[in-house]
Amino acid sequence: MNQPILKVENLVKNFELRANSGIRKTKRIVQAVSDVSFSVDRGQTLGIVGESGSGKTTVGRCVLQLLDITSGTISFEGKNLAGLSFEEMRQIRRKMQIVFQDPFASLDPKMTVGSSIAEPLVVQGVDGDHNEKVAHLLELVGLAADHAKRFPHEFSGGQRQRVGIARALALDPALIVLDEPVSALDVSIQAGVVNLFGDLQERLGMSYVFIAHDLSVVRHIADRVAVMYLGKIVEIGDKKSIYDHPTHPYTKALLSAVPVPNPTTERSRSRIMLQGDVPSPVNPPTGCRFRTRCWKATELCASTEPQLVVRPTGQLSACHFPE
Amino acid sequence: MSELVLSIRDLRVTFDTPLGPLEAVRGVDIDVHAGEMMGVVGESGSGKSVTFLAAMGLLPHRAKITGSVMLNGQEMIGAPNKVLRNMRGGLMSMIFQDPLSALNPVHRVGDQIVEMLQAHQSQLSDKDAAKRAVELLDIVGIPQAAERAHQYPHEFSGGMRQRVVIAIAIANNPKVLIADEPTTALDVTVQAQILEVIERVQKTFGTAVVLITHDLGVIARVADRVNVMYAGRNVEKGGVDSLFDHPSHPYTRGLLASLPHEGAERLTPITGFPPNMLMPPPGCGFAPRCSFANDGCLTSLPALRSFGDLETACLRAEQIVIDGARP
Amino acid sequence: MALRRFLSHKAAVGSCVLLAIMVLAVILSPFTARYGVNQSVRKPPNTFLPPQKLAWFGTDDIGRDLYSRLIYGIRVSLIIGLFSALISTIVGCVIGAVAGFRGGRFDDVVMRVTDLFLAFPFLVALLVIRNTIGGIGWLTAIIGDKSSVRFIVFLLSFFGWMGVARIVRGQVLALKEREFIEAARAVGATRRYIVRRHLLPNSIGPIMVALSFAVVGAITAESTLAFFGYGPQAGDGATSLGILVGAAKGAVQTGYWWIAVFPCFALVLISLAINFIGDALRDATDPRLDRGE
Repeated sequence: MNQPILKVENLVKNFELRANSGIRKTKRIVQAVSDVSFSVDRGQTLGIVGESGSGKTTVGRCVLQLLDITSGTISFEGKNLAGLSFEEMRQIRRKMQIVFQDPFASLDPKMTVGSSIAEPLVVQGVDGDHNEKVAHLLELVGLAADHAKRFPHEFSGGQRQRVGIARALALDPALIVLDEPVSALDVSIQAGVVNLFGDLQERLGMSYVFIAHDLSVVRHIADRVAVMYLGKIVEIGDKKSIYDHPTHPYTKALLSAVPVPNPTTERSRSRIMLQGDVPSPVNPPTGCRFRTRCWKATELCASTEPQLVVRPTGQLSACHFPE
Repeated sequence: MSELVLSIRDLRVTFDTPLGPLEAVRGVDIDVHAGEMMGVVGESGSGKSVTFLAAMGLLPHRAKITGSVMLNGQEMIGAPNKVLRNMRGGLMSMIFQDPLSALNPVHRVGDQIVEMLQAHQSQLSDKDAAKRAVELLDIVGIPQAAERAHQYPHEFSGGMRQRVVIAIAIANNPKVLIADEPTTALDVTVQAQILEVIERVQKTFGTAVVLITHDLGVIARVADRVNVMYAGRNVEKGGVDSLFDHPSHPYTRGLLASLPHEGAERLTPITGFPPNMLMPPPGCGFAPRCSFANDGCLTSLPALRSFGDLETACLRAEQIVIDGARP
Repeated sequence: MALRRFLSHKAAVGSCVLLAIMVLAVILSPFTARYGVNQSVRKPPNTFLPPQKLAWFGTDDIGRDLYSRLIYGIRVSLIIGLFSALISTIVGCVIGAVAGFRGGRFDDVVMRVTDLFLAFPFLVALLVIRNTIGGIGWLTAIIGDKSSVRFIVFLLSFFGWMGVARIVRGQVLALKEREFIEAARAVGATRRYIVRRHLLPNSIGPIMVALSFAVVGAITAESTLAFFGYGPQAGDGATSLGILVGAAKGAVQTGYWWIAVFPCFALVLISLAINFIGDALRDATDPRLDRGE
């Protein structure tokens, strides 16, 4: 079957901000994700990059149905996830999992590491010896089997993250959403965990949605990349096209802003400096949302929202004046 | 080399914890010259933040601090409170990772700058101080500075708040500005802006800046000289170009090698874990994780020594260079 | 780990020992008490005897041994305190956890009901209840006659759950957004599972503290109620710590100090002990101390 394992179409997610619970009428709507579409092929990694307010984390949560979506379609292995009963969704949850950013908050401090890893098995009512499976998973992620009896606080951040990964693997999922999985780790530890993701993908044929703000890590692990800004995908395509020939001004600025650990290159690079800050997703700019910080913005950008269009280098980007 | 503004010698900091004494800093030497940008690199447990908190006198009284911190010729360790207060915000300032907690939410931004100005330049009239505050906001790149000086911190975005924090820190033209992970909590495009502000401040006022970070890219971009710390000690020092080009200490080499770079199939992590500072290794702090370590490394604590145009704390630096990439 | 922290609180450990002794003395009351509840110490003159070999804590107005009455009285009060605290805590936990976790409208409604209970004047409610329940036969059969221990326990539980509910709701609201909860949802855990397996265990600390204060509150509330004619009544020959403390009121002017000192001292000791234990329990179960990095 050559269909993508995950297909997201026109995803919209708005949050309501209630000023105070109770009787107030002031409602502000945060447009966290506005009409986002992408697909992930089996065994591939889609990287989603963006800064704060981009909506990338929300996308991850929506895919896993941890949030109710406002509109749009999410299909997993061809099946539309909308309107499924709790039980039907539970079946699907066996095949898609998530690894969180914060290695401290993602494990229940009162449960042993073994219990946390076994929890998916318990909740899903999987038969068989859980202890054996837990031991196997611990070793798979590079920890020792007898660590199962210990509590999260006895481990370092990198180790806790590995436990989180073991837990995500417990049900043998086909797709894992990785939400900033290495951002909270020391740099020297990140490499090991990133390698682990690569190994698992090779051995088990896993598909990933890798959400991050660290462009260099995404470059290493992703096959295709989507760049998000203020709830929209501004550029999407395969890794090489995006990193070597970015066509959207924001992508260019983003790449330019990331410091490269090489003094000679770094100091000789010309740098694009964006002015100002990311606008609030409560009141996004009309037309192209990036126009308030874009050096090319014209009246057209304010009046008409650019659509994603295929560029000569292969990727799609949404800009009236692409690079 | 221009004059020395900050000189730290054999600084040691130990905390008394319920689980025993924690040696956060174990004999650190750092020299900061006027107008230079000094990068201090390290990960968890390196002691990089504690070193400078100690230099600023911001550690709790229970912390045991020995060694010497000379600021502009004045010894800071053990100095009376009056001297320390004069120094903080006057000769030496510090900014931190989270701008929101550094600013008082119920005071206007302009007032907070004025407060800093008048604390050290008491002869300044309110009017002059307010004027200077607006100038400072302008210098750090806050648009419509005169109006925005009347706003409260929550009305600013993260990047703007960090600029305000910088404005407060440089208000009295300090000789040294210590920036502890100033951009870690910011988006990458905003980080670029803030680094530019810090560089501009450095060039305009001749302030020496100590930039504490774990991000080697940031170091490569702005630092003149670099100090690498691990397990509470210096492991390598040198000019930024030399350090990146031919690092001599296995930790620095490991760190650089573990970063994602083009064409790499797999990344090369540093095996093992950062040390537990309650029970630091007897010899070189990095030895347990080092692929070059021999018995000598595990037992004797190496001191910094000259090595070409760098300073290294590795006993086997020569062998490593000769052996090349082979561990 | 938590146990070690608890044991390092010397006051709490001491309190545990004290309470254990008390509970033991109370359980073994037929043996530890020297006389019956209403038994005279000897033939008259036997009233208001000061502490002596015959009656360690002296005697009261009808010649009964205060020491023995204290033992029986503490038994009654401890039962009342423990049971009502337990019931109100369980009820409060469930209400608070469900309200906090479901959130939205449901939470709003439940919280307004809680506020209603909190705002309602306790004593007025007592009068209302006394008058209405008295008339309803089958209700009395379940809850007990208004002078029974059962009735007091019911009353205190009915009006005591609100504090715990609020505390637990607060905890749940804070925990709800933590990633390990999201992780459980991501594997398809039901709401009930999450409350049971994650939220409640992580709220143990505040719940324990609330429980300990509830016990003390119940014991002291019982003496107020005794004054209004609820629960064990002196006239029926029953006794409770509340009754004994109530009797202290009259004794102060008369100079029979033992009537006041011993019961009040017992009440203070029990309150202090439970407070210390509650404090220690809160510290011991504080998840922030579990970080241990």
